[in-house]
Amino acid sequence: MPEQMKMIQCVVNGRKETLCVDVRESLLDMLRNRLGLTSVKKGCEVGECGACTVILDGETIDSCIYLAAWADGREITTLEGLLGPNGELTRIQEAFLEEGAVQCGFCTPGFILSAEVLLRRGEKLSREMIRKHMAGNLCRCTGYENIVNAVEKVNRERNE
Amino acid sequence: MYDLEGYWEAGTVEEAVQLLEDHPAAKIICGGSDVLIKIREGKLAGTGLVSIRGIPLLQKVTLKENGDLYIGAAMTFSHLTSHPLIRRLVPVLGEAVDQVGGPQVRNIGTIGGNICNGAVSADSAPTVFSLECRLRIEGKAGVRFSDMKSFYLGPGRVNLAQGEVLTHIVVPREKYEGYAGHYIKYSMRNAMDIATLSCSTVCKIDLKKNVLEDVKMTFGVAAAVPLRVPKTEEALKGQPLREELYGLAAGLVRQEINPRDSWRASRAFRLQIGGEIAARSLREAVLRARAQEEVRLRGPKQQEKVQIEAEQTGQQQEIMQPESDQHRKEVR
Ligand code: FES
Ligand code: FES
Repeated sequence: MPEQMKMIQCVVNGRKETLCVDVRESLLDMLRNRLGLTSVKKGCEVGECGACTVILDGETIDSCIYLAAWADGREITTLEGLLGPNGELTRIQEAFLEEGAVQCGFCTPGFILSAEVLLRRGEKLSREMIRKHMAGNLCRCTGYENIVNAVEKVNRERNE
Repeated sequence: MYDLEGYWEAGTVEEAVQLLEDHPAAKIICGGSDVLIKIREGKLAGTGLVSIRGIPLLQKVTLKENGDLYIGAAMTFSHLTSHPLIRRLVPVLGEAVDQVGGPQVRNIGTIGGNICNGAVSADSAPTVFSLECRLRIEGKAGVRFSDMKSFYLGPGRVNLAQGEVLTHIVVPREKYEGYAGHYIKYSMRNAMDIATLSCSTVCKIDLKKNVLEDVKMTFGVAAAVPLRVPKTEEALKGQPLREELYGLAAGLVRQEINPRDSWRASRAFRLQIGGEIAARSLREAVLRARAQEEVRLRGPKQQEKVQIEAEQTGQQQEIMQPESDQHRKEVR
């Protein structure tokens, strides 16, 4: 087809962006290739693994099955957006390290963003609820136990 | 890059209808979680797309003056599950779509898309059948309403002509008022899996006579299209509410459904599971209907209070199956 572009405006990690995107482009490709946000990983590209998870208007989505053109007017956060002003990690990232919830690290950005949205809700979470809300992220290394432990730990700290 | 032949965005339903007429080979895309994957897999490669996801009218749930509930086709699963009207009037539907894929997919996929893809495993379908919803479809010729049975033609095929758009799923007032329901999805894994078999039961009870007044039961993946079980339903109607009811339901269902052998599960296994999930979903639906009736009979004042409380606690509560345990405690 003849190239079809669309001008979009969105806020990515707090910064306003105006971009001309190809209508065939996924949000995943836009974030990685146009904005250099390589924490967003390309795993399966069919919405199974969650490696490409980003936060869009407060909800997690798989950016591989979302067109870049749809990001118009939206607010997007990737892992890079969680970084503190002096490069500090967030509490949940620290907890992942403490609990040994990271091995190869490919799935980690997606897991952190899923955990972030879940923890923001502020409610007390059972392990069952954590599992349900992290079900859209796959990890080939850790066996999940430590990931659930990390989320549980931060949740407990915040609800003490 | 997705392999697309063209992409157009509609701002209104009329625009969508026009775009589909102008591009007769184009397909409708809404949430995208099915269509984009099919393009990626090559099944729909090279298609044109008309997006209806930006049409504001399709993103709302509204209660009409006559009590009919209009659910916009572009409502995402997660928004449906958390919507106050859905939670209050047809919680079973919100719970059913909460079983689709994982959280990220539920934030993308829509109820309209789930129905229009015509998959036998669609998590919304059994409940939409059991609630006897009507589909509001708009096209060049105007608006038409369809029931679910005539909409599902076969696996992946629905009765929607080029140039027609499903705008709303309508739950008529008389189909939800006084009814309660429960959906069970049987799959190998707890999440990110499609159903091996699923069952949605919607029922109404007569508390004074202690009988099952009305029941509707639909299975997913038991046949080429979602399957109601009219013989079972007829036989169950009027039955007293006691333990034997559930065994009876299981037996009747095993006689009536006719599942296939497939690599996912054998016919014998599906028959066994079919009876079991029929009994369990009926049991839970009856419990819920009973709780609802008891509240209603206690009078309107109390009812309001209970409802508000339920909504408040419900907001912080996860919608998961364990909810049933709570009901059980309340009932006994
Ligand atoms: S890359 Fe998007 S879900 Fe796997
Ligand atoms: S740490 Fe390797 S995939 Fe999760």
